[in-house]
Amino acid sequence: MNSLSSMVVPILYLLSAVCFILALKLLARVRTARRGNLLAAIGMLLAIVGTLLELGLIDYRWIILGCLVGGVLGAVAALRVPMTAMPEMVALLNGCGGAASALVALAYYFSQAVEPGRVGSPTEVLGGAQAIMVAASVLIGGVTFSGSLVAYAQLQGKILGGRPVLLPLRHVWNAALLLATLGLGGYFAFGAETIEGGQTLVLVETGASLVLGVLLVIPIGGADMPVVISLLNSYSGLAASATGFVIGNNVLIISGALVGASGIILSQIMCAAMNRSLPNVLLGGFGTAEASGGGEYKNVRSCTAEEAALVLESASSVIVVPGYGLAVAQAQHAVRELCELLERRGAQVRYAIHPVAGRMPGHMNVLLAEADVPYEQLVEMDKINPEFKHTDVVLVIGANDVVNPAALTDRSSPIWGMPILEVHNARSVFVIKRSLGAGYAGIKNELFERPNTMMIYGDAKRVVQDLIKELKQT
Amino acid sequence: MTMGPVLIGIYVFVLACFVGFELINKVPPTLHTPLMSGANAISGITIVGALLSATTAPPTVSNLLGALAIAFAMINVVGGFLVTDRMLRMFGKKK
Repeated sequence: MNSLSSMVVPILYLLSAVCFILALKLLARVRTARRGNLLAAIGMLLAIVGTLLELGLIDYRWIILGCLVGGVLGAVAALRVPMTAMPEMVALLNGCGGAASALVALAYYFSQAVEPGRVGSPTEVLGGAQAIMVAASVLIGGVTFSGSLVAYAQLQGKILGGRPVLLPLRHVWNAALLLATLGLGGYFAFGAETIEGGQTLVLVETGASLVLGVLLVIPIGGADMPVVISLLNSYSGLAASATGFVIGNNVLIISGALVGASGIILSQIMCAAMNRSLPNVLLGGFGTAEASGGGEYKNVRSCTAEEAALVLESASSVIVVPGYGLAVAQAQHAVRELCELLERRGAQVRYAIHPVAGRMPGHMNVLLAEADVPYEQLVEMDKINPEFKHTDVVLVIGANDVVNPAALTDRSSPIWGMPILEVHNARSVFVIKRSLGAGYAGIKNELFERPNTMMIYGDAKRVVQDLIKELKQT
Repeated sequence: MTMGPVLIGIYVFVLACFVGFELINKVPPTLHTPLMSGANAISGITIVGALLSATTAPPTVSNLLGALAIAFAMINVVGGFLVTDRMLRMFGKKK
């Protein structure tokens, strides 16, 4: 590195870190969010330019190959992924980040210790802190990679249809494997006496981390994925930070810490929205206990789209409660059309969004934005709850547990205390649902028995289209 | 008192965590998905480390691992920023 670049490079890294911080600030508002994302991309470019300057004249063949392959794959995936599959996409991206961090740490060990044929223990050759951080990068990155792949498969319903996979004695196995992996990492950093010994240890640690990631995520079901994805997002940041310690680069440490913090906050928000603790979600198995299995329903009333349309026709305020079922039925566009029709007839229309309405934080907002629903109409739970009692009609489409009043009234319910959308306070509630089947929590929904509730059975998209047809005729 | 690079790194890490908490707490739920995919792209910063390890021509273990790391990090960076932009474009459009 010549004297010029030795001054320029650190400044570029600093600018890059500043860009990331300002970008996160801009990402907090709808108006500025797009600029924020662009600024983050510029920050990344600055960091890459800085690194290339630092490298100077070297052989670029591997770098170009890696950039081409990764860039093309990333771009194709980003442009083609449907919005419904955004949680899967983010899971895979998390996994890639984790894998990259673990690979950098491994590559560092090979390039600094193994390949130059250095003599001594990993601590003597790399330095104690670097050796620990190599082990930490490998552990966090490996768990993030394989855990994200399992999360992807769970979201796709490829493993037992998205249901949790519960191995016998899984807590014992997981705890033992976690301790063993930590032990391998610690022994690599402090116990290994030779570079060859360290190489074997770090490779075994890599394998153990990958297995650990799988075992940690398989007992967690599809609907708990918002928490898991947020947490894996956090891990991918922490892995980048650990890698920053390995190569001694502050911009990695800063960016990784920012991402780590954001992931942790989002997982907390998701847990709070389900009234469950992070350990409760992570230990897994939710919704598989021999819960009441749904229970018997009494006095449930149902109606046809035609009858519901008559009520909607005279409603002056309507709130739509979309759930994941709406996305599965691809009914977003039909719902938006229905709402526009109602607005044209003079009704006030809003959407009530529960924090865990989709499969990742804010997923439902993205799906509705894609269907051209103006974001001003999307109202958060706390703001919309006092509004329900002044509302003529609530349309619940593909949501279940998040509108179950048992969360407020029944202390023995598994969802007791979970914040819900209090739709039961509205004058009339229509629930569009295929059947009376239980939601993710596996319990009966008392809302369906309420006197002001009417069920409309059928596929969400078809029912909404029928409603549109009826409303157009009158 | 002089601080070694590791200690400075720890200071930077802890302070950056606080900055992160402050910034993210203000993000409304509407933007949580784009925030997450954007943050995700930022965690692709590990590409800096990847670039540093794939610098010579003859294929060695570290080179190959480095090139693989570059590919993974690039997926993260390019995919993350593009998909975030795609989402935010939808939020921005007016009827």
